[in-house]
Amino acid sequence: MPQVTLTVNGQAHTAEVEGRTLLVELLREKLRLTGTHVGCDTSQCGACVVHINGESVKSCTTLAVMADGANVTTIEGLAAADGTLHAMQEAFREYHALQCGFCTPGMVMSAIDLVNKHPDGITEQQIREGLEGNLCRCTGYHNIVKAIAAAADVMHGKRTEIARAAE
Amino acid sequence: MNVAAPFEGIGASVRRKEDFRFLQGRGAYTDDFNRQGQLHAWILRSPHAHARIKGVDTAAAAKMPGVVAVYTGADMARDNLGGLPCGWQIHNKDGSPMAEPPHPVLAHEKVRHVGDPVAVAIAATREQARDAAEAIAVDYEVLQAAATMADAQKPGAPAIHDGVAGNLCYDWHIGDKAVVDAAFAGAAKVVSLDLVNNRLIPNAMEPRAALGEFDRTTGEYTLHTTSQNPHVIRLLMGANVLHIPESKLRVVAPDVGGGFGSKIYHYAEEAIVTWSAGKLGRPVKWTADRSESFMSDAHGRDHVSKAELALDANGKILGLRVHTQANMGAYLSTFAPCVPTYLYATLLAGVYTTPVIYCEVKAVFTNTVPVDAYRGAGRPEATFLLERLMDVAAQETGIDRVDLRRRNFIPTDAFPYQTPVALQYDSGNYHATLDQALVASDWAGFEARRAESEKRGKLRGIGISTYLEACGIAPSAVVGSLGARAGLYEVGTIRVHPTGSVTVLTGAHSHGQGHETTFAQLVADKLGVPIAQVDVVHGDTAKVPFGMGTYGSRSLAVGGSAMMKAMDKIIAKGKRIAAHLMEASVDDIEFERGTFRVAGTDKTKALVDISVAAYVPHNYPIEELEPGLDETAFYDPKNFTYPGGCHIAEVEIDPDTGKVSMVNFTAVDDVGRVINPMIVEGQVQGGIAQGIGQALLETCVYDANGQLLSGSMMDYTMPRADDLAPVSVATHTTLCTHNPLGVKGCGEVGAIGSPPAVINAVVDALRDYGVRSLDMPATPSKIWRIINGGRRMAAE
Amino acid sequence: MYDFAYHKPASVADAVKLLADPDTKAISGGHTLLPALKHRLNRPSALVDLSGIAEMKGIRRQGNAIVVGALTRHVEVATNAEVAAAIPALAYMAGHIGDVQVRNRGTIGGSVSNNDPAADYPAAVLGLGATVHTSKRKIAADDFFLGMFTTALEADEILVAVEFPIVDKAGYAKMKNPASRYVMAGVFVSKAGGAVRVAVNGAGPCVFRQADMEKALAANWSADALAGISQSPDGLNADIHGSAEYRAHLVGVMAKRALAAAG
Repeated sequence: MPQVTLTVNGQAHTAEVEGRTLLVELLREKLRLTGTHVGCDTSQCGACVVHINGESVKSCTTLAVMADGANVTTIEGLAAADGTLHAMQEAFREYHALQCGFCTPGMVMSAIDLVNKHPDGITEQQIREGLEGNLCRCTGYHNIVKAIAAAADVMHGKRTEIARAAE
Repeated sequence: MNVAAPFEGIGASVRRKEDFRFLQGRGAYTDDFNRQGQLHAWILRSPHAHARIKGVDTAAAAKMPGVVAVYTGADMARDNLGGLPCGWQIHNKDGSPMAEPPHPVLAHEKVRHVGDPVAVAIAATREQARDAAEAIAVDYEVLQAAATMADAQKPGAPAIHDGVAGNLCYDWHIGDKAVVDAAFAGAAKVVSLDLVNNRLIPNAMEPRAALGEFDRTTGEYTLHTTSQNPHVIRLLMGANVLHIPESKLRVVAPDVGGGFGSKIYHYAEEAIVTWSAGKLGRPVKWTADRSESFMSDAHGRDHVSKAELALDANGKILGLRVHTQANMGAYLSTFAPCVPTYLYATLLAGVYTTPVIYCEVKAVFTNTVPVDAYRGAGRPEATFLLERLMDVAAQETGIDRVDLRRRNFIPTDAFPYQTPVALQYDSGNYHATLDQALVASDWAGFEARRAESEKRGKLRGIGISTYLEACGIAPSAVVGSLGARAGLYEVGTIRVHPTGSVTVLTGAHSHGQGHETTFAQLVADKLGVPIAQVDVVHGDTAKVPFGMGTYGSRSLAVGGSAMMKAMDKIIAKGKRIAAHLMEASVDDIEFERGTFRVAGTDKTKALVDISVAAYVPHNYPIEELEPGLDETAFYDPKNFTYPGGCHIAEVEIDPDTGKVSMVNFTAVDDVGRVINPMIVEGQVQGGIAQGIGQALLETCVYDANGQLLSGSMMDYTMPRADDLAPVSVATHTTLCTHNPLGVKGCGEVGAIGSPPAVINAVVDALRDYGVRSLDMPATPSKIWRIINGGRRMAAE
Repeated sequence: MYDFAYHKPASVADAVKLLADPDTKAISGGHTLLPALKHRLNRPSALVDLSGIAEMKGIRRQGNAIVVGALTRHVEVATNAEVAAAIPALAYMAGHIGDVQVRNRGTIGGSVSNNDPAADYPAAVLGLGATVHTSKRKIAADDFFLGMFTTALEADEILVAVEFPIVDKAGYAKMKNPASRYVMAGVFVSKAGGAVRVAVNGAGPCVFRQADMEKALAANWSADALAGISQSPDGLNADIHGSAEYRAHLVGVMAKRALAAAG
């Protein structure tokens, strides 16, 4: 059986996998990082999005063996060691950008990459189009879009903390 | 420094307690649970819509690597398992009961839809189980399928179930046909419209999953399942299918990733894993692939209707006559029969003073996935029919569409208002929600915006829907008389612990609605306990005494009301303890947000003083009063609740491609008292997204052979962020008059009110093309066809 | 998925040797192959992961062309300054393939080799008149795309790079399938001197050149030239999202939009 060595959330892991083992299966079943979800089998819903070497990737459409040597970040690895949430997590909470929470890990991981890919600022339309690979059935996306815009301001250094949502 | 704690009670947009775990990947959904020695099940499903099973050979599969067992419908029959039960019984026009054919857990002798479970392979890994399932050889004799209601009702149509003539489940009606016919005979104007309410696939983001366990020591079964109502699953599966007493069966619905109705029902896979776990003595897990969800989750809607409206010369409605065919699919799902009857026909008065209504509903079996309640359930179908009909009536009478609605609104002073279709509305103000929405959407400024769009070569339209729904399901006696086989009350337990923290136990289930926050706010408001010290427990039959689950926007109106009653009991008992501690008469004790006070004095005791005394009774009147501060209450609503409001959609069409873009959406809803405005707004926004999805994007398509063409997200259009536009959501409150909170419910209004607003806007945008009827969804190719046809007509 | 052996060669030569076995399949980003394998539509004995082959990576300008290595991900083409300066329509096209995550993993080599009728890249390759470099030869775009999911690549041959000529003008426009977001009908136009190319993807079973439009635009590079030309629906795709007639109509609309984008 092929062996995979990778770093997940800063921790090195080595695991034996089958050739057919998907990265998401390695994360969920071997490493018990169940925050990353599987919502479809056509690579469309994005519930499984993690970062590989800082970029968002659908872990249901990546073989575990293909992540050999990679640096993987999952939703469990976002908050600081002291428990401080990442600006994107904080913004999702402030703007009520999640309901059932199932799409949320992938949505947050995608959103961070999306903001990183627009270092000069991101418009509402760019956010909406940039979420093409993530489905949410609960929120209607409106609050997700607002949360990402608010997090972008912090990630881009325009604000020091997440702007409060209008009451 | 003394900083006042932020207000967390009723009316505060408290940020959600549950978000911390969801945002850090610490949610616990069914598929996240793994047990020692766990096996995996893969269900072999029928590739045919209709076929006789002549034989199932499992020998090869049983020998595959890792395989522990392969079971078929015959194995279940040998164990005398029951079929999946239906929770409602509807009666035909002649008083006879509906046809209720058996619904085997694993298909036996026949398969009746693509995806019908035929066998299960259980192995050490999921892929091994799938390998084995593929090796099961099923000898099918393929039969002619009836994929549509029309096909199923044709003379000579294939019989889907033995003994169900014409594939008719029931032929039901409501209202006095003769009286309605007479109203039509005297009408100045009759408007009629044929409508299809498109079939939808719910697609909660979490695919269904189930994990069965059996404890050989105690003989107890445990099922973790993706359910909206674990107690009902325990009842139905234990009593009807597996014959396991409740004392030996625990059902847990942990974090559930959305439901929208599709996770209310008792599904075959729940019984399969529980039964298999018992036979094998090992935990058995099943998790659906999304492709399986498409062919095994109950679908929604699927009505074909003819509606007629009689009006007098002033545009006043004289009567409504409706004929509807409702698709049940191949089997009766748990709630299915009530959806096109008591959740649909009883809503046909809407917000209007229609004096007489007649509706007949034929429910038809087809070789398709079972159809059941999906967000709104019956009420979106009724609303779409009424609000499309109102627009056509406006067009054909020449009366302005807003004015026509106003002329027929139930007056604000007419409540309680008895409709001709069984319901009595308790409160509402339809003029107020309409007025507010007209202003918020700048209805008056629309023509200028239309002209601006036209300059850019785009067609702009605006549409309105003034709607009402009935939820807070349900008054037990009422639904019992309508065919429900159980009452639909709710239970709430408030457990104040010795040091003053509170556990709330509720039979409602949260799968995105934010109950852990909203219910905690009720406790904060009433008992004065900070929400950080309030934990809401739901979804576990071993912890919560009983419950009916969450659907029909009932959790707060029914479940929250039960909690309020339980808190009343806590306060009453607390007053007696306080009276003892402060040596006062119980009649002199007042309670307000956490403090018991002897009236007119400065003598007080905090709730924590009372709770510690209640549990650690060294100074306690134990002879007169039982220790503990833990109260349970049941609440059975006196009536449904009646949220309503006005939705206004604005769209822009690209005539070159036919693509409809949402440019604006305004909702003003009356959901009764609002506990957490942030959560209510989120619920309404989500419902509207599903309504827009139905109107513009989503539809389930079968071919003539019953093959599901929209069988994956590659072909079933799920709304994405760029399909939707910002939504303006506001509320206008009239209180529910019959529950202690004054709440009405907000979970479904978005999906109910929005589809006709969107379609009315599309029709308005196409006003130059003479569009009268337009079936959902308004896809680009459909709109292009209309525009293209219109141009051709103009040219000829 | 059925299980398979996994190989990760470091050179084109080694990869070709492994792929000589007809039961093996090449994988790079995996965004076409893995969904098919997950649905068990395919049963390769082994996957040959090309991602470790250095000689297949990178974007470089070579004379009057941009050469894109087969392993180059869509995001790299979309954000490459040299591509943006030389053939902005190519960068635009790459930046609009699938979603962000597809662009982060998917490669030009995978997309072009697979020749999915609803993929974007084949339109750019054919529309720009690119040359496909393989492990054994160079193939002109006109000779490369043979039919649905079929190319001129032989079993033991892999795509190594694509050479895009720098043209005077180019533009791309597409209508997406509302559900899958793959291409329902797309048009890539280019103009190099007097030579005009119009490639249509999504609408038919394989990317194709629209000769009538090419002729008209060669004579008159303007939307007016397209006014009288209609695409025949014969042989075009039809499904629950649109008829062949609708797709044929969209070809005309997208051609005008691609032309407008090209300037």
